[in-house]
Amino acid sequence: MQGHTDGVMEQDKQKLLQQLLEKHKAGQLKPAERYNIPPQPMPEQNPEERVQNVNEVALGYTETQARLEALRCLGCKNAPCVEGCPVRIKIKDFIAAIADGDYKKALDIIKENSLLPAVCGRVCPQEVQCQLTCTVGRKFKDPTKAVSIGRLERFVADFDHDNESIPAVAPETRMKVAIIGSGPGGIVAAADTRRAGHDVTIFEAFHKPGGVMVYGIPEFRLPKAIVQDEIDILKKMGVKIVCNFVVGRTRTIDQLMKEDGFDAVYIGVGAGLPSFMGIEGESLIGVYSANEYLTRANLMKAYNFGKGADTPIAVSKKVAVVGGGNVAMDSARTAVRLGAEKVYLVYRRTEKEMPARIEEVHHAKEEGVQFHILQSPKRIIGDENSRVTAIECLKYRLGEPDESGRRRPIPIEGSEFRIDVDTVIIAIGNIANPLIRQTTPDLEFNKWGNIVVDENCKTSMEGVYAGGDIVLGAATVILAMGQGRIAAAAINKYLASGTPK
Amino acid sequence: MPHKILAKKQLSDDVFVAEIEAPLIAKARKPGQFIILSINNEYSERIPLTIADADPQKGTISLIWQRVGKTTAELADLKQGDEIANVSGPLGRPTHIENFGTVVCVGGGIGNAPLLPIAKALKEAGNKIVSIIGARNKKLLILEEQFAQISNELIVTTDDGSYGRKALVTEPLKEVCQREHKPAQVFVIGPAIMMKFCCEVTKQFNIPTQVSLNTIMVDGTGMCGGCRVEIDGKPKFVCVDGPEFDGHKVNFDLMIKRLNAYKNQEQKAHEQYSKHRCKIGLDKT
Repeated sequence: MQGHTDGVMEQDKQKLLQQLLEKHKAGQLKPAERYNIPPQPMPEQNPEERVQNVNEVALGYTETQARLEALRCLGCKNAPCVEGCPVRIKIKDFIAAIADGDYKKALDIIKENSLLPAVCGRVCPQEVQCQLTCTVGRKFKDPTKAVSIGRLERFVADFDHDNESIPAVAPETRMKVAIIGSGPGGIVAAADTRRAGHDVTIFEAFHKPGGVMVYGIPEFRLPKAIVQDEIDILKKMGVKIVCNFVVGRTRTIDQLMKEDGFDAVYIGVGAGLPSFMGIEGESLIGVYSANEYLTRANLMKAYNFGKGADTPIAVSKKVAVVGGGNVAMDSARTAVRLGAEKVYLVYRRTEKEMPARIEEVHHAKEEGVQFHILQSPKRIIGDENSRVTAIECLKYRLGEPDESGRRRPIPIEGSEFRIDVDTVIIAIGNIANPLIRQTTPDLEFNKWGNIVVDENCKTSMEGVYAGGDIVLGAATVILAMGQGRIAAAAINKYLASGTPK
Repeated sequence: MPHKILAKKQLSDDVFVAEIEAPLIAKARKPGQFIILSINNEYSERIPLTIADADPQKGTISLIWQRVGKTTAELADLKQGDEIANVSGPLGRPTHIENFGTVVCVGGGIGNAPLLPIAKALKEAGNKIVSIIGARNKKLLILEEQFAQISNELIVTTDDGSYGRKALVTEPLKEVCQREHKPAQVFVIGPAIMMKFCCEVTKQFNIPTQVSLNTIMVDGTGMCGGCRVEIDGKPKFVCVDGPEFDGHKVNFDLMIKRLNAYKNQEQKAHEQYSKHRCKIGLDKT
């Protein structure tokens, strides 16, 4: 059963597509006619059904839908969408290929710039990137009515999934590259340096590769099989993956370079330590960082506790999630799936300022998450066993914009009130992990503990490059990928001029 | 890469020691550090265990654990030649070792295991070692011989008097603190409640006391924060800020409660596993 259909029967869509295609092929489809094509909704699992499972919510376009959606693209000469894309995918070209029915070509075009279309098509915040600048969206003054670039990207990535080609690898250079962290940045950096013929090893601290894509982003938003496929491709290319290897502890970067013969290193270790609010009661039982909650649920499969999985997670009735980003939405929606009766999302600004994707906010609401905006916990209250019983919140109003450009939340004095909960999930971001810093004295960090790099993602150390959250503080999958690609190009250039150790 | 169990021994009713292959960890490990292991790949729990000993030449580490829950029970059922899928480490900051003068090493129950390498390193650094090791009863006492080898003075206690002196470790600790030559430093590792009372003793005498905390962890690299404890009123992560802390600043009461966060679930899992091993005959081996 699918939700969110536009009520148009498949055969009617096919008929419409045939008419449009004839005109399109003849070069007679005018912009006004393209504007008139209804935006294609994403087929999804119904909310009532999907809260009972962990399967992917969005089911993907049908072929008819994809081609109809592709025909909405005006093919603007200046292609403003490309400007909105962090990795500059030739968007209008791949969409034109979809309109022509040449999905293989479309995928090849995407892959020139992005290695993980099946991932990015699902988790990129298109509405603030390519779709924000899309002319069609601007015409309707609504980025959600822009051409659905992300859904089209996903469509071609999934369509050709079974015949995924393994990128060609240049003859062996005998240069050794260490990639620290197997998240999106690490995967791209590994693939690109391996393509140049280098001997590449990925070091991952967890027992499973994939980084945030396996421990953080839930299955219902990004199926783990997709991530595994990308890892498998790396392995087929000859990239070595070493798990349970904590760089800084098992071996330091200095040891990797001086003793183990690595000629270059890419550091993509991700964000690190979860931020807490610094309020009373944050160490009570039932208070989680979003990292911990999601890791237990996703990586350790705590939703199967007692049915095979050994990692427990709170059995919650009432959950408060604090924060307004994608991680907050993921936590809230995970809590729903774990059986919580009430899930509250507590955010101190308004929905407009939420950093989460519109789609995720919408999905969370559909799944029954109750939004408490302009509120924030002042303290967390526990019982005699130190288990959470409630949060005491303050109400907020919005003041002048702050340095982030968002209106500053100001607490309203005396507005305290309580919400009864047994679980609190703090999803307000991360601070840099100190491990690399503590164990790599020659590496330069900024005052927030993030690694300082130049425009080529090169650090203060010869042969050492870095990208993603450990550089940017908080990034997205696509930004991390973009940096992995820049760093890999710089590493390839750096190694081209030298001789192996 | 899986880690083969090269040797395994039962030290007491519920305490086991195993020597496992882990060449990189054996090389990098320093006293005070721990590992996180999970037995299988997909569904196993990740649990932290302290490294009791290591042989860098042979490429092995020794782990000592007590059978308390499902994972430690499952680990106890593994045999020589079996493999552990994942071992990650060494984790945590190593113990700060220097020549303090006279150092008291207090170990309780399974805590003797992580304490031993620290005591050894302190001895090698030139300290005079007074060891106080205790257990509930004679059967549960471990590593007495090893402590005897490296201690200038060894005091053994049991709660029930079945061996050594009938006392809690706090009693001889207090006496040692009262001596004319007050010890310069105390290290305590054992159950949280024991560490709490030992710290109360040493606080009276104003003797710096290091404790090693073993909290619930998931990743062990700072990412989840599940291991957080209150030190001097501020949250600290045992995995990256610890595992050792100034014992006089630890909020033990909160830590003890947090250790029980999943008590019901853990019990259920352990019971299920016990039933299962009866069915397949593991209890008879």
